[in-house]
Parts: sequence; C-alpha cells; structure tokens
Amino acid sequence: MSKARYTFALAGNQNSGKTTLFNVLTGSNQHVGNWPGVTVEQKTGVLIHHHHGGDAHFGLPALGGKKRMQDEENSDVEIVDLPGIYSLSPYSMEEIVSRNFITLEKPDVVINIVDATNLERNLYLTLQLLQLGTPMVIALNMMDEVRAHGDVIHLDILQRELHVPVVAICARKGEGIDELVRLSMDAAEHHRTTPPLDICGGPAHKALHAMAHLMEPRAIAAGLTPRYAATKLLEGDEPMAELLKLSEDEKHIIEEIVSEMEEAAGMERAAVMADVRYNYIERLLDKAVVRKNPDVDQLSVSDRVDRVLTHPVLAIPLFIFAMLMVFYITFGPIGSWVSDGFEGLVNVGIAAIGAWLSGAGVAQWLQALVVDGVLTGVGSVLSFMPSIVILFMCLSILEDSGYMARAAFLMDKPLRKIGLNGRSFIPMIMGFGCTVPAVMSARSMSSRRDRRFTILLTPFMSCGAKVPVYALFAKAFFDDNLVLVMSCLYLGGILVAVIAGLILKRVLFHGDAAPFIMELPAYRLPTPRNVLRTMWDKAKDFIQRAFTVIFLATVIVWFLQSFTFRFEAAQTIQESMLGTIAGLIAPIFRPLGFGTVEASTAVLTGIMAKESVVSTLAVLTGVNIESGAMLSALHGIFPSTSAAMAFLTFVLLYMPCVAAFAAMKRELESRRWAIAAVAGQTTVAWVCALIVYTLAHLAGV
Amino acid sequence: MEKGSHEPQRANVAQLQPGESGIVESVGGEGALHRHLLDMGITPGVRVTLQKTAPMGDPLEIHLRGYALTLRKDDAAKITLQAGKGEQA
Repeated sequence: MSKARYTFALAGNQNSGKTTLFNVLTGSNQHVGNWPGVTVEQKTGVLIHHHHGGDAHFGLPALGGKKRMQDEENSDVEIVDLPGIYSLSPYSMEEIVSRNFITLEKPDVVINIVDATNLERNLYLTLQLLQLGTPMVIALNMMDEVRAHGDVIHLDILQRELHVPVVAICARKGEGIDELVRLSMDAAEHHRTTPPLDICGGPAHKALHAMAHLMEPRAIAAGLTPRYAATKLLEGDEPMAELLKLSEDEKHIIEEIVSEMEEAAGMERAAVMADVRYNYIERLLDKAVVRKNPDVDQLSVSDRVDRVLTHPVLAIPLFIFAMLMVFYITFGPIGSWVSDGFEGLVNVGIAAIGAWLSGAGVAQWLQALVVDGVLTGVGSVLSFMPSIVILFMCLSILEDSGYMARAAFLMDKPLRKIGLNGRSFIPMIMGFGCTVPAVMSARSMSSRRDRRFTILLTPFMSCGAKVPVYALFAKAFFDDNLVLVMSCLYLGGILVAVIAGLILKRVLFHGDAAPFIMELPAYRLPTPRNVLRTMWDKAKDFIQRAFTVIFLATVIVWFLQSFTFRFEAAQTIQESMLGTIAGLIAPIFRPLGFGTVEASTAVLTGIMAKESVVSTLAVLTGVNIESGAMLSALHGIFPSTSAAMAFLTFVLLYMPCVAAFAAMKRELESRRWAIAAVAGQTTVAWVCALIVYTLAHLAGV
Repeated sequence: MEKGSHEPQRANVAQLQPGESGIVESVGGEGALHRHLLDMGITPGVRVTLQKTAPMGDPLEIHLRGYALTLRKDDAAKITLQAGKGEQA
C-alpha cells in the first residue's frame, strides 16, 4: 500500500450504488488501474472532505477554514473500490480479488454499501464480509426510497445484531456521507475489529465449530480468522484448502465433518451454508424491518415501467427505437448543432494562433509545422469530441436507468445463437463509443471463452472515432446524407460481427456460453452527477488523446510527408518518405479501387488513431476539411463512389487503433491472440471491401 | 395443463407460467452454476415467482427475496419445486 495513513475498501453488490458512493467520497481524485496480474479493474481515490450532508458538489475545492482543515485531516485516506460482487465464492475473478484484497492487503476499514431497498440479498455478502474480521461499517444506501415507501428499518437493531456501525445514506443526494466518514475514521483509529457472529444453529453450527477449532492454528498463521477459514472449507472452497496447506489427515477429517453435516442437514455443503445465511437474514429482518405494505416492494413501481419495456410485442420495437434515439441524439440535429458550434470555436482558435505566429515573426518552417501539421490535424479531431461525449452520455443514461440490463435480457437469445450470451451485449453496445472501454467492460463475464469471444467481435462495432471519416465522405460523395451512410455502415458492422460469430463458434469456440444469470436492477432515474461524471471523463480522455497520440501522429505524418528519405524538403507527396512507404502498400488496395498513396497513408495513420484518417487526409491535401477544396481533393484521391464505399467499408472493419490493440492484448491475456485478432479483422476488412467495390462497380455506382 | 380447476403442479422453475410461484425444493447444477444460484438467494424453501419470459421465449425473469433475476430456461429446469405448494397470483 502507498503512504496513505488509512485505506478504506468499498465493497458491495452490483447495482448497490457503489460507483456513486465512490465518486462522492473521492471527487475527482481517482485512479483506474488493474489488479496486479489479473484483468479486473482497480479504482482508487483519495477521500475528500465532507461537511454538510445533502451538499451536492463535484469534488470542487471547498471554501472556508473549517472545511479546509477537514480536508487536510482526511486527505491521507485512500479509498479502494472493490469490484461489485454478490458473494465471496471462488468462481469469479472479481470475488477472488475482493477477498484477497481484504485478507492480504488488510485495509483499515471495509465500507460495505448495502442497497436498503433489497436488504435480504445484499446482507448475504455482508455476512461473508463480517467473517473476515476487518473493521467494518455498513452504509445502507437508497434510504430515501425506503422512506418513500413508508417502510422503517431499525438501524439500532441491525447494529446490535451485527456488531458493526450501520449508517443510513443516500449516495445520489450525498446524504449521510459525513456520518459514514466519521464512523469509518473512528473504526480505523480504534481498529474496531468485528467480533465473531454466530449465525447458525443445528448441523452447520456443530460442523463449523469443530472445523474452526481444528483450523485455528493454520488460519491464524495465514492471517485469517478461524471462522472464515472454516466456513470456506465447509463450502468446499478449493483456493482456501490450498492456502491453508492442509495435510492429507486434515483433509480426511474435514471430509468426515462435512459428510456428517450434509447427512444431518439433508443438503449438500454449499447449499447448507447459503441456507444458513439466508435463514439468519430472514430472522434478522423480521426484527429490524417494518414494512408498511408487505405485498408492495421496490419492484412494484419498477414493474409498471418494465411491463411496457419488456412487453412481448413492444419490447423489440422499443429496443430498436431506443438504439436509434441514441444515434439520432448523437449524430442528428442536436449532436451536429453542438459539434458545429464547437468546431467553429476550434477554427477560430486555429486562426488566432496562426495569426499570432506570423505576427511574432516565427520561422516559416515552424509556422508550417504548427499550422498545417499540428493545428489542422488536432483541430479536425477535436471538433468531433462533442459527438463522442454525447454518445457516452446516452450510454451512461441507459446503464444508470437499468435499461442496459433489460437489453441484455432481451438480446440473450439471439446472442446465444452466435455463441455468446446477454452479457456480451454491453461490451458490444459500448463498442459504438470506444473499443477500449468496451473491451474492458467484457471483464464482467466470468468465463474466459465468453470474454475472448466478445472481445474478438467488439471491434466490428463501429467506434465513435470513425464518425469523422463517415461524416467527411458523406459530404463528399453521398450528398451529405450522413444518416444513410452511418446506418449502412453500422448495420454492416453488426452483420459482419454476426457472420464472424457464427464462423468462430464452429471453428474456435466450441460449446455453449457460460450460464446467463443476472440481476435485473429496479429502474431508476439516472443522476446528473454520474452522467456528467462519465461525460467529463470521456472528454478529458479524448482531449488527452488529441494532444498525445494524435498530436504525435500529426507531427510524424507532417514530417514524413514534408521530407524525402535524403532529408530534403519534398516537392510532392509522392517523393516524400510517407509517399514512398504508402506507395509500397498502395498496390494492396488497388483491387479495392483506392490504391492511391493518400488513401494508403490515411489507412496507415488510422492505426495510430481512427480520427487520424481524417486529419491525415486534411494534412495531405493541405486544405481545411471544411472547405470545398477538400471535397474536390477527395474526388481526386477516390476516383469513384464505389472506391469511396470500399474505403469506408475497409475503415469500418480493419484493425482497431493501437490503444484498442493494447486493451485487447491485456484482456485477451495473450499477445498472440491479439495479433491474430487484428490480422483477422484486417483480412475480413479487405475481403468485405473487395465485395462492396465489386458489387458497387457492377451496379454502376 | 389443467388450468384453473386445481392448483397447478410444476416440477421445476422452468415449468412455471407467468404469474405463478412455487417453493424451491432443491438447487441443481454443477460447480460455479450451482454456487451462483445459491448465492443469488435460490435456496431450498424460498418462494420464487415467474414474472415473465423474454419476448423470444428465453431467458426467464423470476422474482425472489424482493428482487428480480434473469436466468435461462435450461438452468431454471435444474431448480426443483416442492410438491403441492404451487400458487397462482
């Protein structure tokens, strides 16, 4: 662990509001990485001050002496966001990472966030966390909804029975956060470990006690509580048996204890423990919760919405409508209005810098580099940022509202046909935004086969960075009919993914996808805070890329096209370094109708970042992409509309950018797989472009 | 199926009709699947209600312990129900 004075681990079920709480606790000081050795996201942040409950803010610096003092006081607390899990079983990476983090890294406090509208299932994880013995605080989230139902949860009873502090919070509104921080700091300072909790009676009780007694020395040697070790062994947990280095004799005794318990309980071992926990929770909730109307639970309101959204007849049309709306908002009038405004600003900026440079008497070559190379390239990419940020806004609203889970529910059957499952839907749809987070979101799938399969198909979903290319070509070749061009390409990408899926299922991924078992969270209104947060993160990410990867790419492209291999100023592009290299690969594209040096160069730079396809064409033709000159220049590069169609097809399908490749390599857990994937995608792209070109040519386009 | 006259008798969760519920008798499946079903609260004695099937017939949406869960018919068939405790909503 770092130098932080205290480390708080945030643990809870999926859909319990964990991300919202994490954002509230850490503000903007977040760091996202990977857990060492495994592809599970690790998010950490520094605790920011909290003063008034209900004070909605975005982690902006606080004013006022008292707040600042608290800031300093708490700034050395690191918050680690553990993955959203339902249990501490050893079957998914997320669960293993979480339990190892708590038992091996020993955070000072575990903050267990619990969805108060669904205590019964959420407390199942709580009981397992309590066994780890780490100081813990329970945060009952969404208490506003519980109150709105007229239900009462007696916190004092929960606290007394579970022997840990329980706080009511509402992460969305920032309520109860001060109290949560105060109690967590208190638990850390006094190292208030959780006392053993006796939750079971009968056969399980007897077996557990015998086992805990037997395992005590080994558990303590491994830094675990005896009850946690005993419970896991009782459940038949393989990693635990290995961790404790059990002897053959001990294994034998354990098996005897277990079979005696199984016989007495009339259930197998895993079922006994699950049963014990749920029985305890039922008894606890009988005491602690008073429901105003026992027949009406949180699902009742949600059900009314759901009856429409997953209606037998309406569901699919509504789903298609929702997806079309996303694209309409992003690329239709609203999106282009924002884009145009932003683009105007960017162009004004470029002109101002250009004027300033020539006014300041900067050397000619440097002016050329800055204005023609960097500004034209980076500027043309920056102007597409609004579309991508709006797309992520839409996806984030779908996710937060609970509709994404329903989409997975609706799409499971068709996806199963191509060998995937409903969960693959989320990475796929994210792929329309950016392949990098899309590939990373495949982590939520526990089976490696499903994960790899999904990752291989995700790049066929046309990413947001390709939109500039489509927009430019729609303007130049298709009467500015962006919607038509985009619909064809997006649907084309999906079609290729389906065909590729059917083939891969036969050739590479035999058998069935992992079971599809998923919680369908209650519908909720997305919070502006979370949506804005996602938009801000994406915008930041995009600007960062624009000024790093794309900046570098444009400088390199400008340099390569301005000089020959003898480092003399190139008179034409053909004799420049870039022209020479692109000239070598251009013949590959001749059958596709765009075997020109400029098109080949654009394809090459597109590997750095897809936005570069446009900036390269802008740099190569030396004209601003907005001008009419650019459009006629494009007609010079692409001799026919069918060549332009083939080029768009190729750009749609060929290997993703280096950032996506790096993400794929990490998530596929193999360099060879990643290389094979991008080689395969590029081949598919070439073949499809050839088909499109031939057909279009025959049709006389 | 004898609808209406008697309480419908369903052997497993996959056989439930929308709106019907039953009490879980045993939870089958192997390894991760078995454990996952248990962890999600499908334990012997719990009442599950079939809310609906997806528009294309699979997967199912069941309600239990105050929340909604989706799973496929094949896996739902591995969750058996107690005899004589079926109920129509």
